Amino acid sequence: MTVNVGIPRALLYYEYYPLWNAFFENLGAKVVLSEKTNKKIFDDGIKNTVDEACIPIKLFHGHVMNIKDEVDYLFIPRIKSIAKDEYICPKFCGLPEMIKHAIKDLPTIISTEINLFKSTKGIKKTVCEVGKYFSDDEKNILSAYERAYYKYRNDKKAMQNKRNTENNKKIMIMGHPYHLYDVYLNMNTLEKFEAKEVDVVTPEMIDIKTINEYAKKFEGNLYWTFARKLIGTTMYLVDRKNVDGIIYISTFGCGVDSVVGDLVEKYIRRKSNIPFMLLTLDEHSGEAGINTRIEAFMDMVKWRDKFENNIPAHG
Amino acid sequence: MKITFPHMGNLYIVLKGVFEELGVAVIPPPKCNRNTLEIGTKYSPELICIPFKITVGNYIESIEKGADTLFMWGGCDICRIGFYNIIQKDILKNLGYDIKLVTVEPFKSPKEIHKFLEKLYTLTGTRNYLKIFAAFIKGIKLLNEVDAFDQLVNKIRPRAYNKGEVDRVYYQFEETINKAKGYKEISETIKKSKKELQNIHIDKHKDVLKIGIVGEIYTVVEPFINLDMIKKLGNMGIEVHRSVIASEFIKEQLDFLPFIHSDKSQVHKAASDYLNTEIGGHARHTIGNTVRFGEQNFDGVIHLLPFTCMPEIVASSILPTIEKEKDIPILKIVLDEMTADAGYLTRIEAFVDLLEKRKEMKISV
Repeated sequence: MTVNVGIPRALLYYEYYPLWNAFFENLGAKVVLSEKTNKKIFDDGIKNTVDEACIPIKLFHGHVMNIKDEVDYLFIPRIKSIAKDEYICPKFCGLPEMIKHAIKDLPTIISTEINLFKSTKGIKKTVCEVGKYFSDDEKNILSAYERAYYKYRNDKKAMQNKRNTENNKKIMIMGHPYHLYDVYLNMNTLEKFEAKEVDVVTPEMIDIKTINEYAKKFEGNLYWTFARKLIGTTMYLVDRKNVDGIIYISTFGCGVDSVVGDLVEKYIRRKSNIPFMLLTLDEHSGEAGINTRIEAFMDMVKWRDKFENNIPAHG
Repeated sequence: MKITFPHMGNLYIVLKGVFEELGVAVIPPPKCNRNTLEIGTKYSPELICIPFKITVGNYIESIEKGADTLFMWGGCDICRIGFYNIIQKDILKNLGYDIKLVTVEPFKSPKEIHKFLEKLYTLTGTRNYLKIFAAFIKGIKLLNEVDAFDQLVNKIRPRAYNKGEVDRVYYQFEETINKAKGYKEISETIKKSKKELQNIHIDKHKDVLKIGIVGEIYTVVEPFINLDMIKKLGNMGIEVHRSVIASEFIKEQLDFLPFIHSDKSQVHKAASDYLNTEIGGHARHTIGNTVRFGEQNFDGVIHLLPFTCMPEIVASSILPTIEKEKDIPILKIVLDEMTADAGYLTRIEAFVDLLEKRKEMKISV
C-alpha cells in the first residue's frame, strides 16, 4: 500500500515544490497536494488561525484543513534557516506548533527541523530524518534526495531561461514567492499586467548568483534569506535600469516586509527614477481597488514615453 | 561627548549609572510620551513594530537635547530586532543628524565582549579594564537593585491602605534619580525610596489576586507602551509578577560567565512540551513562563505583544492549549499606537472580575 504525504499548497511550497514532490515520489510515496487557494480554503484559514497572523500563515492553515483527512502524513517542516548565517521569518520556525495547536484531528506531522544556519553539511541528516518515515535504507533516501535536487535545480534554471517576447514595457513584480504565485491571494496581479501587453519579470527569473553579488554590496547585515533576495534584486534593477517599473507585493502585517519593503522602496527612490508601487494585500477580495491602481500605474509608465523629463518617480 | 540610549522601562537608570562611572556625560531621553510616539511614527516604516517607533522617538528627542552619540542594540536574531540599527541609522542620517553610533552585539562569546570593550574605548578613551570591570559590576548591581525595587513596589501597591501612596513614592523616586549622578548617588536613592516604601502602612493579611505578565520584553517593561498596566493592576489590588525584566534579560546574555546565573534553562524546560526551540524574540519565554505561572498557582496570566510581532504570534497560537491544560485564564492584549486606554481598561476589569469569581468558587468548593 502506498503512503500518502500531504503538502499544503502555501508558503514555501511555491519555492520548493519540485524538490519535495520528486523526493517523496522517489521514495515511493504518493504526494497529495491541497487544491489551489479558493474561497473555502481562505475562509477556513481565517477561522482557524490566531487573528494577528498574516494572511499567508492563515492560508497555510486553510490548506492543511483541505487535505488533512486524506493523508497519512503531513509535511510541515520547521524551516529555521535555508542558507548559512541566514534566518527566515520566525513564523516559519513555529509553524508546526501553530498548526498542532490550532487544528484538531491531524495526521502525523513530519516536522523535521531544517536549519542550515551553522553549516550546509547538516542537510544530509535532515534529509534522512524526513526519509526515515518511508524507507530504512539511508543510501536509498540520499539518492532519492539527490535526484530530486537535480530536478529542482533544472526547474529553477528553466525558470531563469524563460525569456519574454520583446514587448514594449517590462515590469518587475517582486515579493515573496507565496505572494507572487498564489493567484487567488494576489487577485491575478501578474496576469493583469500581462493582459496590458507588458512583460512581467519576477526575482525568480534573475540568476541567484547575480542577486547575491549585489546583496553583498549592501551596507548592513541582511540576515534574512528573503531580505537578501529582494534587496539584491532591487540593487540589480537599479544598477542595470532594465525595467520600466517595479511593483512590490506585500501582505498586511508581514513582519519581513515591514523592513524589507521599506529598504527596497527607499533604495529605489533615492538611487533611480524607476516608478515604484507597493501593493499591500489583505483579507479583502474586492478587485476594483487593485485594478485601479494597476491601471494608473501603467498609464503613468506609458506617459513617460511622451513626457520623459518631468514626471516624478512616485508611483 | 554626550551619550544617549533608547528607553526600556527602568534600564535607563542602570545605563546612566554605568556611563557616568566611566566618565561619560549622559543625556537620557525624556520619559516616553505622546510626542515620542508621534515623532517615532512619523519617521518609521509604516508596519514596523511599536518598540522600533518608540526608540526612534527616543533618539530624536535626545539628540534635540544635545546628545551626539547613540548607544544601540545590534546583532542578528530571527526576528526583526537585528534590522533596527540598519534602518534607524538610515532614518537619522536622512534627517541630517550628525551623530556617532555605538552598536552592541549580543554577547554570545568572550570574543564579543572584547569587541564591545574596543567600542567602549572609543567612547571613554580608557583601556583601563579594571575600571571598566568595576563599572560593569556596579551596573549589574544597579540592575538587580532597580528590579528588586520594582518588585517590591508591585508587592506593596495592592496591599497599601492608602491608595496612591506607592505612586507618590515612585514619582519622587523618578524625580531624584534624574538628578542623581553616578553609581553611589543612584544606589542611595534606590535605598532611600525602598525604605519609604517599607514604611507604607499595608494590610499584611490581605488575600490578593496574583497575575503573571508574559510577552515581548519591551511591551512588558515599558509603561508608556503597556498603558501603565502594571500600576493600574496594582491599584486594582492585584499583585503583578513580570516574567521578562531587564535584569533577567541581561543575565541571560551573560550567563556563560561563571558568576552569573539566569533562569533560562528552567524557562526553556518548562516550555519544552509546547515549543522546544528558539524562534526569535521572547516567544519561548512566553510559553515557558506561562507554564510556570500555571504551576505556581497564579490566578491568571496577561500576554502582551506589539502588533505584528512575529514570534509572539506563534506563542499566542500555542497559549490556548496551555490555558486548558494548566487551567489558568490568559488574556491577550495586542499593543500598538493606540493611546486611549478605556478599551483596554474595560477588558482588564472584565478579566479581573472573572478571576475573582473563579477564586471565590474555588474557595467555596
